[in-house]
Amino acid sequence: MFDTLSDKLQSVFSGLRGRGKLTDADIDQAMRAIRLSLLEADVSLPVVKQLTGAIGERARGAEVMTSLTPDQQVVKIVNEELAKLMGGASVIMPVAPRPPTVILMAGLQGSGKTTCSAKLARYYQQQGRAPMLVACDVHRPAAAEQLSVLGGQLGIPVHREDGVADAVGIAERGIAAAKAAVRDLVIVDTAGRTVIDEAMMAELVGVRDAVHPTAVVLVLDSMTGQTAVEVAQAFEDAVQFDGVILTKLDGDARGGAALSVRAVTGRPIYFVGTGEKIDALEPFHPDRMASRILGMGDVLSLIERAQQTVDVDQAKDLEKKILGGGMTLEDFLDQLRQIRKMGPIGQLLGMVPGFKNAMKGRDLQVDDRQLDRLEAIISSMTPSERRRPDTINGSRRQRIARGSGTSVQEVNQLLAQFKQMRKMMKRFGKGGMPPMPPALGT
Amino acid sequence: MSNAGDERALWAELFDIAVPPAEAEQETRRRGLFSRFKESLTKPRQAISPQLAGVFAPGLITRETWDELEEALIGADCGMDASLALVDALRDAAQQGRIVNRSEIAAGLANAVTRQMTPEPPRIPIGAKPTVILVVGVNGSGKTTTVGKLAHRLSELGQQVVIGAADTFRAAAIDQLAIWADRSGAQLVRQAPGADPGAVAFDAVVSGSARGADVVLIDTAGRLQTQHNLMEELRKVHAVVGKAAADAPHETLLVLDATTGQNGLSQARLFGEAVPLTGVIVTKLDGSAKGGIAVAINRELGLPVKLIGVGEKLEDLQPFDAAAYAQAIFASGDAG
Repeated sequence: MFDTLSDKLQSVFSGLRGRGKLTDADIDQAMRAIRLSLLEADVSLPVVKQLTGAIGERARGAEVMTSLTPDQQVVKIVNEELAKLMGGASVIMPVAPRPPTVILMAGLQGSGKTTCSAKLARYYQQQGRAPMLVACDVHRPAAAEQLSVLGGQLGIPVHREDGVADAVGIAERGIAAAKAAVRDLVIVDTAGRTVIDEAMMAELVGVRDAVHPTAVVLVLDSMTGQTAVEVAQAFEDAVQFDGVILTKLDGDARGGAALSVRAVTGRPIYFVGTGEKIDALEPFHPDRMASRILGMGDVLSLIERAQQTVDVDQAKDLEKKILGGGMTLEDFLDQLRQIRKMGPIGQLLGMVPGFKNAMKGRDLQVDDRQLDRLEAIISSMTPSERRRPDTINGSRRQRIARGSGTSVQEVNQLLAQFKQMRKMMKRFGKGGMPPMPPALGT
Repeated sequence: MSNAGDERALWAELFDIAVPPAEAEQETRRRGLFSRFKESLTKPRQAISPQLAGVFAPGLITRETWDELEEALIGADCGMDASLALVDALRDAAQQGRIVNRSEIAAGLANAVTRQMTPEPPRIPIGAKPTVILVVGVNGSGKTTTVGKLAHRLSELGQQVVIGAADTFRAAAIDQLAIWADRSGAQLVRQAPGADPGAVAFDAVVSGSARGADVVLIDTAGRLQTQHNLMEELRKVHAVVGKAAADAPHETLLVLDATTGQNGLSQARLFGEAVPLTGVIVTKLDGSAKGGIAVAINRELGLPVKLIGVGEKLEDLQPFDAAAYAQAIFASGDAG
């Protein structure tokens, strides 16, 4: 939909070869392209200015001026500055010194608080904790019911008080009930609210003051636009939230709002929501978010640069091979390894040459765990097995399963799906639009 | 009360139905709607951003003025293209001497936005019996609440409404809708959670026809536009509704959260590829966001905004009035 930053920069620097030296005007144009790209990604304007300031300084420095590929160099700088602003390592949500740990969920209407509350409860339940959910959204019809249904699916108790309009009271009694039931984690769901509604913001402060949360979490929709700064600032001023959960990352929003919140409040992002199912919660990776904001097409170029071995001809050869039906598991493993380092898997699988076109806009449903297993399986094959997967018979499959710590079933699945994919690629190479294969790893 | 009468008249215009309006001039009606709109939009904060306020302050127009204006429009989520186009239009007007002072930019901007957003007032004609309205959008956009509000408004105008609970996925979605149906006096058609949404939609239209209902509203599950299988499902629901009644659905409305950034364009585009959209409902305009993405969507795809949501109560729904919106969001906020 939008041109990648790389595309934009390539056209900015396209006249360079003739002139031989970058001018101030070239850099100005490059900065405009960067500004546009970041705005398209919904990074708030004040944050864009902050970033372009930092990027501009570096762009006028030696690393770009003396580079043979200034456009790629600039993209690299943008990625680095984004990652820097996004923060270093992932941050874990705090735990109370004395149980229960109390987490207060806050955010705008429709951001995903209730679903996140349940996801968070499940996440910690899997780690051996004993959570309880408290339904303090007294405004939206059937909000408590929604939380109850989700809690019921997980076997997690939900404290609710139908017909009671006092969110603060419910919160207090919820915490008391959790203590009485010896639950060590309480997650308090609240109503969505706009930041300019003083009464609602006061209600939130009231709940916070009543329950003394270990952490207040701002739940933020990743498709939020320029208003993210105002929202973050207002919640910061009102309740001094501790961290963020960014939701609906399974969509194609670039997620600039995340950067805005981070830049304005300095708070970390704890988790990201990657789907509607109750297990779709993953820890946040700042470098991956930076790449996502930059844009997928640019990440591919970065991978290629980092590799230093992939040149355009090699990539073209690979694409020809894949589309001609000659893709091997070796090729697939190579691609997997390249992709592993960065970004949301579903979107990045789309960057594998040839794959991208066949899968345009489709939902791939592969996550990191599955990728780990696929890589383990392929790594346990001999090089000749990877080149000619049709030779992998029963006993080989057993050996591979043992070597990778997986099951023969999974090995069978991988091989079947790989063959399907190879056939599909070949058909696509011939110009047909093939039907969608089942999701990898399922 | 004259104001309420004016409002009913505007709704009657939107739905193209016969409701005896209170005696009022066009101008009075407009002001009536506008002041309520402005009320909803201002609450304790300014109607416009401080940036825009700065641009509109009296004084000479300089180069910086246009940069500031561009930034203010971007800050409203209009996106680069729409913002530049609006600034260019105003810059032309200034060059031709039609705008001389900064304080005139406000009116100029409001005019430009109004001209672009709707040459004519929006319509959701209630003609076919039943008129079927399909409501779609991403998760959390406000579909269910909007369906409740629509049902309420139509009931108030004497229309018999049936609601189809075709969100069979989300926990307690049907319960939520049942409460809205109850509050708005509409009949609810539902099946068990997990049922096929197409089946519920079909059921609702057939049931509505049998009962002689005037309007059938179909609520659907939230879905991201990039979810291929869910967009397929939506296509199916649309097709199935078409089998239940000729020309149905008569309206397919995309519900769009006013806080949405540039992803809104992707939403409008991809939803529009799955089902033929007839308009947009911008929700949560009572918050801090300006909903400028609707301007971008209108500019790129020609989709009109037909309704706006300005709060969580049943009454917090209004027919879209481009002039009032442009005034409230982009101008000085004084009643025009």
